[in-house]
Amino acid sequence: MLEIKNLHVEVENTKILKGIDLSVKPGEVHAIMGPNGSGKSTLAQAISGRDTYDVTNGEIIYLGKDLLDMEPDERAREGVFMAFQYPVEIPGVTNSYFLKTGLNEIRKHQGLEPLDAMDFLKHIKEKAKLLDINTDMLNRSVNEGFSGGEKKRNEILQMAVLEPKLAILDETDSGLDIDALRIVADGVNRLRTKDRAIIVVTHYQRLLNYIVPDHVHIMLEGKLVKSGDKKLAMELEEKGYDQIKEEYSSVKAKLEETV
Amino acid sequence: MALAIKDNNQLYISNFESLEKSLNGEAKSWVHQLRQDALNKFDELGFPTTRNEEWKYTNVTPIAQENFKHVLKPDLNAVTSNDVKRFEYPGLDTHLLVFVDGHFAGQLSSVRDLPDGVKAGSLADALRSDAAPLQQHLGKYAPYQDDAFTALSTAFIIDGAYIYLPQNALVEKPIHLLFLSSSHDEPFVSYPRNLIVAGKHSKATVIETYAGLNNNRYFTNNVTEAFVDENAYVEHYKIQEESSEAYHVSTTQVYQKANSNFVSNAVTFGGLIVRNNPRAILDAEGLESTLNGLYLGTGKQLIDNHTTIDHAKPHCNSHELYKGVLDGNARGVFNGKIFVRLDAQKTDAKQTNQALLLSDDASIDTKPQLEIFADDVKCTHGATIGQLDEDAMFYLQTRGIEKEMARNILTYAFASDVINHMNIKELRDYCHHRLLVKLQQDRLEGIDQE
Repeated sequence: MLEIKNLHVEVENTKILKGIDLSVKPGEVHAIMGPNGSGKSTLAQAISGRDTYDVTNGEIIYLGKDLLDMEPDERAREGVFMAFQYPVEIPGVTNSYFLKTGLNEIRKHQGLEPLDAMDFLKHIKEKAKLLDINTDMLNRSVNEGFSGGEKKRNEILQMAVLEPKLAILDETDSGLDIDALRIVADGVNRLRTKDRAIIVVTHYQRLLNYIVPDHVHIMLEGKLVKSGDKKLAMELEEKGYDQIKEEYSSVKAKLEETV
Repeated sequence: MALAIKDNNQLYISNFESLEKSLNGEAKSWVHQLRQDALNKFDELGFPTTRNEEWKYTNVTPIAQENFKHVLKPDLNAVTSNDVKRFEYPGLDTHLLVFVDGHFAGQLSSVRDLPDGVKAGSLADALRSDAAPLQQHLGKYAPYQDDAFTALSTAFIIDGAYIYLPQNALVEKPIHLLFLSSSHDEPFVSYPRNLIVAGKHSKATVIETYAGLNNNRYFTNNVTEAFVDENAYVEHYKIQEESSEAYHVSTTQVYQKANSNFVSNAVTFGGLIVRNNPRAILDAEGLESTLNGLYLGTGKQLIDNHTTIDHAKPHCNSHELYKGVLDGNARGVFNGKIFVRLDAQKTDAKQTNQALLLSDDASIDTKPQLEIFADDVKCTHGATIGQLDEDAMFYLQTRGIEKEMARNILTYAFASDVINHMNIKELRDYCHHRLLVKLQQDRLEGIDQE
């Protein structure tokens, strides 16, 4: 579904991603873990199409199409979704208008009839029920005055409503207490299907206790330095990033010696 | 460059002479003395140039040099009830007073069942029959000594609305003053002059709407004075829908007494050169004053808002929220004066002004101007000018919404903030709708549903 090859990304002339290779198949959940500043969020933003992130080399192929050729909204209509680390507040636009507009743009792209107000309400209530989310937040302005937990839940609700093929969760666990974390993780688990791929970007292992990944990748200094299954996340939890860093730098030093 | 433009003074003097001839024996009355004084003042002042600090960013030369005809007697047959309907607010039941080219049009108006003692009618009629309370208030609040446009307005006090609320009067339905400019072969000027006197403990809502029936050139020079007595509550709306070729200069001057509350919402959609001067004098303790405004400039519009809040006495609160959206080659000016006099301890004044520039050729000059002489006060002001928030744009796009539509949604949201402060649903609906039309956002179906 997603093939990332040798991806290099710069932000304001600083090299952040230095050659990422990643292959994601439908139905898989991949976790990308790494310390602050390793480039995890940059990868998420680059897949979504944020234009302040310059792709200087490499490619992202999604369902056989060149993702880098598309605007962020085109990517979304093709089924790419990102749950934001910091969801944006948009005073004056209600959540329900925002979601209905996005959903109908996606439906139009898929050749489906746009949903009218009644059908949309039915659709969203179904999704909210599935995620145990109160529909009160629908009539409020997008994320305005929401608590940290509400904002993250709102992201998951959006994911449920827009039904993406590929979802990237960018540090969805940050700033959540354990109860909020569980609600969000349960929501994500209910949205796991055999056709939908999910990339979970996180600093901590604890989210992965709830969303159990098929693959775990560790990112350091803009590269995926180690990949494995869910045990790798536990290993990381025990050892901490410092030990991984040490291992990585000794490998890097050896490599440099041989060169 | 000179400080004043006096090229056309003779035109206004001869218009004044024509007015005098039409006044049967009224020429010795107090109001005519007031007119004469104001005309002399105007003749002395002339129209301001941009060398005048108050007019630094707004060049009124096109107004000063145009040979405006003064309409002494409008052709009331030229305006139909359908014309009036266009500018009524759907679903809103009001006491409606219609004015054509500055003159009251009784046959187009409908004022019914006003509470005892309440007056809502033509100023011209009131001047003939009810001169005593008028003499106490008319021309007393809007100073013309250093303002050429107010001087002209005062020199040409002929008609407009006179609203009088006796003590304890409560007017449930809004009073809607609709000022229509009709068509003439040549550019013309009107001077709608309004006076609102709200007695102690009275309450009313007044809507002023200014609109052009055709896309021709004319000049509306308006002054509205409001006297808000102790514990009175006046909610004021001004919806400006002048033609795209019109000039509109307007002063709303409010004088407030103790524990009163005045709320103003001014929305500017129309006009080529627009200058609004909402001014409130807070001359007693414990009162509340709100000046909110929204302006939407497109094409070559110039929209200038010069607000003044004068805290003269202690323990008063003022709130001010002004927002503007400027597209095309439109220009905006915002100048927000807040005076806190030496006496005015415990003042709480808050001013916010924000402008959104949608094109590279749109511009705004903005200046908060706080002059604080008391030491125990709270005054905050914030001014932001900018483009649309990139983070919000990206957020909308990642949900499948294309760039142009995302831009429209955010513009709408920015502007509707001011509209949402209005208490009258029908006016909110109207303004939301006009916002969509003006910004050509016909694709945003459903965004204005509450």
